[in-house]
Amino acid sequence: MNLFLIAVGAALVNNVVLSQFLGLCPFIGVSKKVDTAAGMGGAVIFVITIASAITNLIYTFVLEKLDITYLQTIVFILVIAALVQFVEMFLKKMVPSLYRALGVYLPLITTNCAVLGVALLNVQKSYGFVSAVVNGFGTAVGFTVAIVIMAGIREKIEYNDIPESFKGTPIVLLTAGLMAMAFFGFSGLIK
Amino acid sequence: MKGYAERLKCGIITENPTFVQMLGMCPTMAVTTSAINGIGMGLTTTVILVLSNMMISALRKVIPDKVRIPAYIVVVASFVTIVQFLLEGFVPSLYDSLGIYIPLIVVNCIILGRAESYASKNNVWLSMFDGIGMGLGFTIGLTSIGIFRELLGNGSIFGAHIMPESYQPISILILAPGAFFVLAFLIAVQNKVRISKAKRAGEAISICEREDGCASCTNTLCGGKAFTVEGVMGTKDKLDKKLTIKDVIDKENMESKNDGNNKDAKNKDDVNKDTDKKDKEV
Repeated sequence: MNLFLIAVGAALVNNVVLSQFLGLCPFIGVSKKVDTAAGMGGAVIFVITIASAITNLIYTFVLEKLDITYLQTIVFILVIAALVQFVEMFLKKMVPSLYRALGVYLPLITTNCAVLGVALLNVQKSYGFVSAVVNGFGTAVGFTVAIVIMAGIREKIEYNDIPESFKGTPIVLLTAGLMAMAFFGFSGLIK
Repeated sequence: MKGYAERLKCGIITENPTFVQMLGMCPTMAVTTSAINGIGMGLTTTVILVLSNMMISALRKVIPDKVRIPAYIVVVASFVTIVQFLLEGFVPSLYDSLGIYIPLIVVNCIILGRAESYASKNNVWLSMFDGIGMGLGFTIGLTSIGIFRELLGNGSIFGAHIMPESYQPISILILAPGAFFVLAFLIAVQNKVRISKAKRAGEAISICEREDGCASCTNTLCGGKAFTVEGVMGTKDKLDKKLTIKDVIDKENMESKNDGNNKDAKNKDDVNKDTDKKDKEV
């Protein structure tokens, strides 16, 4: 039950994009079509879930053991960058079909602040291994939900008559703002 | 001397990271709920930017080209860690209110962008002034957005109430949606200026003219800008010359829809493109 609350909280109540502003850049850049958005979402789910597991293990068994937790930022960002490369190579070799589906998006994720953000939040909230993985998964699902909805709306927006200076990013941001307001509705789910 | 003053002016006015280059939007939106947070985040970023610019510039002949990005990240992350401790020790209130966004300065586009496009090519002093200019530009951007949001959303500036009692604060502005709205209008105003300028000059606007900033940092709003211009001006041909990663993705999507037959050939292409892209990024 507790895990369920963590997952729902991460995915809907504290949505990464809409309430914490992490991973905003891919959210705006890759949300033009639903297919692309879903692909990006899939890749993000994949990477964040693995990254939260690995960073949690490294934090508990290396950084805490050696009493060097202050190095967490440096270690996490390097681990994430290496991890993304590794995941990409692994998928290319072992699961080519998945690689074809996610491959293009993987390099984009390396600098996605959501990945580092989740890893740091896991430490801040001192989650155990399972909670950290669930939190990572929930966060990534939240990202996917937001980006897919946004892509769906953007496909419709294409046909609308928007003032010239609002075309492109501004209208996307306005839409995101309205979505953020809608997501406030979820805050009643968790006390 | 002239060069130094120019670096400052460039960072604060002509290439202002917030208003002109639109870099580092995640912290911009997240911490500008009040003016004091904006100024705190801006100054923190400035300190890190100056230090990392100087360090990277000093090491520019030592760092091999192939591993420069990881090297930059390590340098930046070290400074971020140091500054984080200083804040925790001396300004705990700011440390609490900025929270997770302090360590996230590591992935701030501005810092890596300046390292890649300026500090790695220029001497230490120029890089230092570049860092100061860009940092102050960012600080001014964050502070003014912070003042705007705090004034309308809370009726105060730097915590001091200045709006009359009868003023009903628009509290949505200091909540998450407000950040999106404010930024949307900011970019719209910027677009407006740009469009009218282009119309006066009678030419199409080029997107992301500068290689620095945008090109060196994959996750900027530059992609969004490209869409803007495509929509507004219809300069699709121009876009092809400077493909952003997002364009590549869209293209690949189009291709995969168009030719289902040549799947094998396409996949090879995909792999090639991927490696190309990675070369560009890393």
